[in-house]
Amino acid sequence: MAMPESAAVRGPARPPQFNVVMSEPDPKTGFRAFELGQFHFLRDDYFVHLSWPTPQGRLEHRMSADAFLRSLMRDVAWGFFYGWVNFDPMFGSRNLYGRVQFFAGRYHEAYHKAGLSYVEEFDSPFAMATCKAILRDWCSAGFDPFAAPEETGSTWAGPKNGDNIEAIERTRVATKRMPGMSGDSPLRDDLPVNRAFADVPQDDPVIEVEPGFEGKLHAINLFKYLSRSDVTWNPSVTSVCRESLFCPTTEEYILPIKHGNDRVEWFVQLTDEIEWEVEDKETGKPRARLLMRPGDVASMPADIRHQGFATKRSMLLVWENARMDLPKLYETGQLKPYPVEF
Amino acid sequence: MGHYTTVMGSLESFERGHLSIIDDDPKHYCYSNVFEVASKSRPYDKVAVAKNLDYVIEAIRAEGTSDWFAASHDEFVVVMDGEVTVSFVEPGDSVIARSKDGTQRLPRPPNGKKMGRIHLKRGHQALLPKGAAYQFSAARPSVMIQQTILGDLTQQKWAEICTH
Repeated sequence: MAMPESAAVRGPARPPQFNVVMSEPDPKTGFRAFELGQFHFLRDDYFVHLSWPTPQGRLEHRMSADAFLRSLMRDVAWGFFYGWVNFDPMFGSRNLYGRVQFFAGRYHEAYHKAGLSYVEEFDSPFAMATCKAILRDWCSAGFDPFAAPEETGSTWAGPKNGDNIEAIERTRVATKRMPGMSGDSPLRDDLPVNRAFADVPQDDPVIEVEPGFEGKLHAINLFKYLSRSDVTWNPSVTSVCRESLFCPTTEEYILPIKHGNDRVEWFVQLTDEIEWEVEDKETGKPRARLLMRPGDVASMPADIRHQGFATKRSMLLVWENARMDLPKLYETGQLKPYPVEF
Repeated sequence: MGHYTTVMGSLESFERGHLSIIDDDPKHYCYSNVFEVASKSRPYDKVAVAKNLDYVIEAIRAEGTSDWFAASHDEFVVVMDGEVTVSFVEPGDSVIARSKDGTQRLPRPPNGKKMGRIHLKRGHQALLPKGAAYQFSAARPSVMIQQTILGDLTQQKWAEICTH
């Protein structure tokens, strides 16, 4: 049975309970306000207002609720991902794997130099519970923060109007070896082909297995699998070679976050095109721009942050090395931030 | 609702994008294109187009019939252009070095039991299971990428393939 991309893995049936700090619903907007340590989060019809303490008093930063919720959705679904998840140049999270930092202004050169930045560290499960509570309260009916704008429209705007729990209870598909193998993650054959991939051939590989080797040989139509993805900018694993993970994804509109790498990752453009803006991870200063077309391959060094833009939904192979010691090796300079010297 | 055309590359028709450097070294991005690499490769050369410490992605031009290969770990191929058939046989007397990473070329055709064949087209992905001998064949020039570990057969020619 296929299932929506991120419904394949869910948390435990009875997750641990945390005391998420939240207000009663606002009588005007219907949304609750939340606190995570010294960070305060408030939303109105259009904006999220987040604030943090500074020597000059509390500083407030405003984001479009649309952009904030799309970013928060990725942070939650990816378990805070590899490294930094910059919601925008001001606010984001850094995964310490078991702990997580939330920051404001820390990687904005001007704010940080002015002493107006703030960082606070949390146990990941507690921070995750708070993030999920925000998503549950702030995503109104019809708004899917994983969907392309053309698919989910402007349902994010306005006062609270129901919820969309099914859309936000998503997490990445966990594949042990390859989708479709016995005991592994499912294929998506009974999901619809996305409107942007209606022309992608749906034929399957032909597998001729000799008696006695049933289940030993395996192949899938990867492009068919991707054409049926119901989400954007959400890598999921399709092949595992020890710690080498192929994590293809379909991309449309804007990667909601600027991903700051704590290791080198690689992109292989499978179809269509994506433009990447690459900035310095620490300061946000522009370093490169990259237009990737089918067959193009590029590394994303360990000391950058990047954001992608795709007008037409495209297929991108994200390639990760899941070694857990990599962040420390790069941070301490034992590994250079780029993958190859030539 | 608009009409969409999905653009894919091929050996005969590919167009690279563009790397614009603002304040960096272009070499750090190792920017190449698998179709371009395959267009300049000999059949079944395994040219690294991505490397993450010990792990690699190799671009392979499939044309005619390959030697027999195997590995001590799982590998995977994705066909990017054309059609490729993969034949699988138990290695038999051919020894696969367990302590060695990456693709190994078998010194002679395997004489174990036939396991089967997989016929792949563009966009198809196949598992090359650990310990199985495999051989590629392609009636016309095709292109694959292979997910594996850096090995004796991996060719690294970064200065030739990357923008710098």
